[in-house]
Amino acid sequence: MSEALIQLKGVTKSYTRGKQSVPIFERLDMTIPQQDFVAIMGPSGSGKTTLLNLLGGIDKPTGGEIVFDAKRMDNLDESKLASFRAGNVGFIFQFYNLMPMLTAAQNVELPLLLTKLGPKARRERVNTALSIVGLSDRARHKPSELSGGQQQRVAIARAIVSDPKLLLCDEPTGDLDRETAGEILSMLQTLNRDLGKTIVMVTHDPEAARYAKRMLHLDKGHFSEKDLAA
Amino acid sequence: MGRTFTQIAAVTMMNLRSIPDRLWTSLSTVIAVAMVTAVLLGFLALANGFQSTVQGSGSPDVAVMLRKGSGSELNSNLTREQSLLVEEAPGLARGADGKALVSPELYVVVDGIKKSSRTKANLPLRGLGVRANQVRSGIKISAGRMFTPGTNELVVGRAVSRQFEGFELGRKIRLAAQNWTVVGEFEAAGSVFESEIWADVAVLQGLYQRGSSVQSVRARLDSPASLEKLKAYSEADPRLKLDVQAERSFYAEQGKGMSDIILYLGWPLAIAMSFGALAGALNTMYASVDARMREIATLRAIGFGGTPAFVGTMVESLLLSAIGGVVGALATYLLFDGISAATLGSNFTQVVFALKMTPQLVVQGVVLALVIGFVGGVFPAWRAARVPLLAAFKEQ
Ligand SMILES: Nc1ncnc2c1ncn2[C@@H]1O[C@H](COP(=O)(O)OP(=O)(O)OP(=O)(O)O)[C@@H](O)[C@H]1O
Ligand SMILES: [Mg+2]
Repeated sequence: MSEALIQLKGVTKSYTRGKQSVPIFERLDMTIPQQDFVAIMGPSGSGKTTLLNLLGGIDKPTGGEIVFDAKRMDNLDESKLASFRAGNVGFIFQFYNLMPMLTAAQNVELPLLLTKLGPKARRERVNTALSIVGLSDRARHKPSELSGGQQQRVAIARAIVSDPKLLLCDEPTGDLDRETAGEILSMLQTLNRDLGKTIVMVTHDPEAARYAKRMLHLDKGHFSEKDLAA
Repeated sequence: MGRTFTQIAAVTMMNLRSIPDRLWTSLSTVIAVAMVTAVLLGFLALANGFQSTVQGSGSPDVAVMLRKGSGSELNSNLTREQSLLVEEAPGLARGADGKALVSPELYVVVDGIKKSSRTKANLPLRGLGVRANQVRSGIKISAGRMFTPGTNELVVGRAVSRQFEGFELGRKIRLAAQNWTVVGEFEAAGSVFESEIWADVAVLQGLYQRGSSVQSVRARLDSPASLEKLKAYSEADPRLKLDVQAERSFYAEQGKGMSDIILYLGWPLAIAMSFGALAGALNTMYASVDARMREIATLRAIGFGGTPAFVGTMVESLLLSAIGGVVGALATYLLFDGISAATLGSNFTQVVFALKMTPQLVVQGVVLALVIGFVGGVFPAWRAARVPLLAAFKEQ
């Protein structure tokens, strides 16, 4: 595999609950190469979502370093982190997180409002993203007029529209039936293979994990790599 | 800059388009703000109407003379000698016969029956000197004729005949244990005079055993500036030493007291109600932020700043209260503007006037509404700007 997109170096994360400090990770090391597709599994409460938040610049580590594209990002301030997220990360949530009053196309356009692109360029990008997820004919539909799988595809289009290197998915198929889940996962696979997106996906479902290139098991603050073939 | 604006505009539009999701709580805010605005504007229109009626009553080139320190016509008393001395004063306008335009007047209170409530209320009955017509300008006999001096005839102000029983033209009416005939009705440009009954001063003097004394003397000045000459003349003569005022400032002073009372009543009430509306607005806007928590966090995760969420919430709050303010102002205008009210003037007689809305009052009402919207929006907006990003991952 090629060089590292993300490196965690001795990352510590703890939450304070009342006066107590609750550690989630102690000195965690991890490397995610460019164009990797890694599934992260582990028991509930093991810190999978917390890890995604750290990778995506939504949360900050208590200690250690996070390096993205050879640049440290754990010490960025609030507004630099926001532009880091806008430029480098696409989020795909379990519950889609679409804006209910906006159409599919308007939802997909949101990240582009943070760029310098004009309305025409934005429209073109939106159309491309929607056609990638196969929803060009639903551009004017509101989320409430779409099925769960379609909503998640809109969310994927929104995640890729500004062409970030990294896609972070937290249980992207957790709310979908098996067949629809398969479609979504194949789509992620395609994005990884054909568009070179680096994907980190949290899932409870071993079936879903099979779509990834590799799988990491997170438990008690440590990783163990599992052979996907097993 | 352009980009920031695009973001703010997009988030604000999203925010506004989600208002129907919170229709009832949003509507209750609008209604609460509308009620506050309506109450405030009702009082302001009342005060304004009263003030403009009373102030409009005074003319700058008519002087009112009262006994020193008496304060009002009811408390004043002037001798015949004093009124004759006034006629010799400098600076007075004079008639064709060369005589000063001076009207010695009596001012007494009689009972009238209000048409609306059939209850007794005080009405002022004014006795006019023979030259009263030339002293006052802007008086128009709108029906019938002027009373004939020396007879029990009277003319009534338009507001009196409209609001009190028995003052129709030609009617006989019993006032102060005497029979009178209503021979005319007059208009006085909506001023307090329209709330008065006028008769001949000599007839009233006899009736009230006042001999030759009167309560006030009005004089027409040859110019407003001559008021000072008249004052100096009155001060220089120990027999006079009267309170000399321009009629305009005399009524302005009288009107101010009452309209101040209305304002002192209206503003605190409106402000007290504002707190209720404010609580409602805060509630609505906190509910709005809570309902949009995951959306706001999602936008933040995508890379939006906190400012669009802040502005969007502020705009929603200001919009709801502005609608409330406009609805309240409109309701006040449609329901109250121009309707008649009567209140006690400073002589404890009824003054009839109309509620009067003006653009300035509407502005005051809408400003109050916007203040409610601002305060009710700023704290929730602050919460919106600080929604934890982790909320994006929670189920709603
Ligand atoms: N904001 C927070 N404040 C305090 N503790 C937190 C916070 N977020 C998470 N935790 C705690 O950190 C631990 C890891 O949480 P996390 O959400 O990362 O787990 P997870 O592996 O995603 O679980 P699940 O599979 O249920 O989604 C849990 O014990 C959780 O209670
Ligand atoms: Mg989780």
